[in-house]
Amino acid sequence: MSQIIIYTIITLVAIGSAAAIILYFVAQKFNVYEDPRIDEVEAVLPAANCGGCGFPGCRNFAETLVKSESWEDLFCPVGGNETMASVATLLGREAIEQAPRVAVIRCNGTPEFRPRFNEYDGAPTCAIAHSLYSGEGGCPHGCLGEGDCVVVCAFDAIHMDPVTDLPVVVDDKCTACGACVDACPRNIIELRKKNKKDRKIYVSCINEEKGAVAKKNCSVACIGCSKCFKVCPYEAITMENNLAFIDSDKCKLCRKCAPECPTDSILELHFPPKKEITEPVEAEVSE
Amino acid sequence: MNLKTFSRGGVHPPEHKLSSGLAIEELPLPEVVVIPVSQHLGAPAKVIVDRGDQVKIGQVIAQSEGFVSTNIHSSVSGKVLKVDKFMDSSGYRKMAVQIQVEGEDWEETIDRTDDLVRNTVLKSEAIRKKILEAGIVGLGGATFPTHVKLMVPKGKIAEYLIINGVECEPYLTADHALMMQRTEEVFAGILVLMKGLGVEKAIVGIENNKPDAILKMKQVAKGSKVQVQGLKVKYPQGGEKQLVQALLKREVPSGGLPIDVGVVVFNVGTALAAYDAVNKNRPLIDRVVTVTGKSLEKPSNFLVRIGTPVSYLVEKAGGLPGDTAKVINGGPMMGKALSTLDVPVVKGSSGILLISEAEARRKEVLPCIRCTKCVTVCPMGLEPYLMMSLSEKARYERMESEKVLDCIECGSCSYTCPSSRPLLDYIRLGKAEVGKIMRARKAV
Repeated sequence: MSQIIIYTIITLVAIGSAAAIILYFVAQKFNVYEDPRIDEVEAVLPAANCGGCGFPGCRNFAETLVKSESWEDLFCPVGGNETMASVATLLGREAIEQAPRVAVIRCNGTPEFRPRFNEYDGAPTCAIAHSLYSGEGGCPHGCLGEGDCVVVCAFDAIHMDPVTDLPVVVDDKCTACGACVDACPRNIIELRKKNKKDRKIYVSCINEEKGAVAKKNCSVACIGCSKCFKVCPYEAITMENNLAFIDSDKCKLCRKCAPECPTDSILELHFPPKKEITEPVEAEVSE
Repeated sequence: MNLKTFSRGGVHPPEHKLSSGLAIEELPLPEVVVIPVSQHLGAPAKVIVDRGDQVKIGQVIAQSEGFVSTNIHSSVSGKVLKVDKFMDSSGYRKMAVQIQVEGEDWEETIDRTDDLVRNTVLKSEAIRKKILEAGIVGLGGATFPTHVKLMVPKGKIAEYLIINGVECEPYLTADHALMMQRTEEVFAGILVLMKGLGVEKAIVGIENNKPDAILKMKQVAKGSKVQVQGLKVKYPQGGEKQLVQALLKREVPSGGLPIDVGVVVFNVGTALAAYDAVNKNRPLIDRVVTVTGKSLEKPSNFLVRIGTPVSYLVEKAGGLPGDTAKVINGGPMMGKALSTLDVPVVKGSSGILLISEAEARRKEVLPCIRCTKCVTVCPMGLEPYLMMSLSEKARYERMESEKVLDCIECGSCSYTCPSSRPLLDYIRLGKAEVGKIMRARKAV
């Protein structure tokens, strides 16, 4: 009885050792060297795999960070400057800083401002509605309200407001990964510079049609009158195709443009109420 | 009798041909027409008139730009009010010419008599030129410029001309009415197209729910090289690939056209338009539109000028019934709902269908139960359930290898789905995306 046990042990040990020796040499022969820093960098990244950096996942981004010479155009919008700084220290390089950004919905076509004259009952996605027709409100540029941006957001930062029928971005949750920007068939969503206390001023319209036509569909449409353009002291506003655009990198939040707008299409958000006597507001730049 | 039909897939929706057998009624002119410059597949035509210009009926107002494009003519006489963007059937604003109707002033070259001109002395090239000048496009709905189809590509031989008198869409009766009332002209048009194409043989395919049309066409075609063939009723027999298969048992290869198997297909409406263009010098300025619907007071086959507002047609057919929930441009299977009636009739408008609330109600979309009904009915042999889920997940490369571009968008899958899934909507989206990917690849 004990003999059987001893033979078994000896045989198994012999097979095991032989296999171990073979495997050792095979491993030597077919060894693929992978930079250990890639693992380290990946560990620092947010692991959201959202694609905001333009790569399929965090692993690919880590590889590119380790390998590429220049870090231009390489940025993790989710982790932000903090993450990029720790990656930089890990690799002993200099980080490129970028101002934090946030997604902004550039349409204010609520049922009140943009009356709906038909009802869409097709497949509930904006992409299909957009390919079929101009939409419930008739504005061929405005929000379709089917929520493709909500579905695509991996950070739960967008939800539909049932009253306005428009998407709402929660600034604290938004990581500016840009998934919603790509998902929106009407290109309404823009990534704009994040300001202190989430303050923002923007033209909440992307309608490029002539003023009269735009106004017919939606009372808060930009009619391209150029009043805001004339009043802006910082050259932050540009006019193109009957549409005003405020460059968030140039805007100093002086609030001069919004009162000029005849259709209230420039929105000011999260500002304190205006004082009676307007003093020159100090330039606010994000930290 | 063992009638022919196509072999793969197909459905049998209820026919509801309410306006069948009704005479074509010529509508009085509206006050204002809006004529879009892009009524065909391919490049939009270039406007050559200005605001304030006086135009005649049949005058070219927009010229063909490029090979796959065609001319646009004024359908009325009067003053050009505006050259601007106007709402088209999708609700998007496209370039169009708005004309105020003043009197009836025809272009002198147009032969307006009723005399039948049976023989064409012109050669093939001259016929093509005349058809391009007259702005003829495929009137079955796809609106592909006819002169392009008449040009047989090098290395290919056209053997048969097939005339599509199938009209497989429920409700629509425009082609049926044409075959009944303009039989001689349609037949002469077939001869013109045969000459233009340089073929010896032609077949007219008609579904046997129109026995009177089959009989009438057979009588006129007696003794000629045009054969008239009755077909078993099955949707989508009017799809050109299905029709070729039904009549000749030839399968158009994936990604190919009927010309790859030696066939060119035209609609009966196109044949009539070709007759008018070549033998009568009359450009394409009007067409027969079926206005129909169960609650409509007077379903009709109207002969209307291009650019007439849809609202005018509905009014002439007895006005918009109170229970109307949807107005569809085209037939119930392939047509699209309109968001406003303030859009013009274009070359591709075959019908206006009014649907009541009860009929329009959508059933709840339920999960796919893997019954494979959609696979069974797909006339192109695709797998619609798979296409839909690939499209939802944005896996467009896989869709391409599943041959999504072979989809003819007939809607049989959506029609038959017991879970009421919007299969075609997603497939169409995928098709558009795959098309974009392929064009981007070509550009590189």
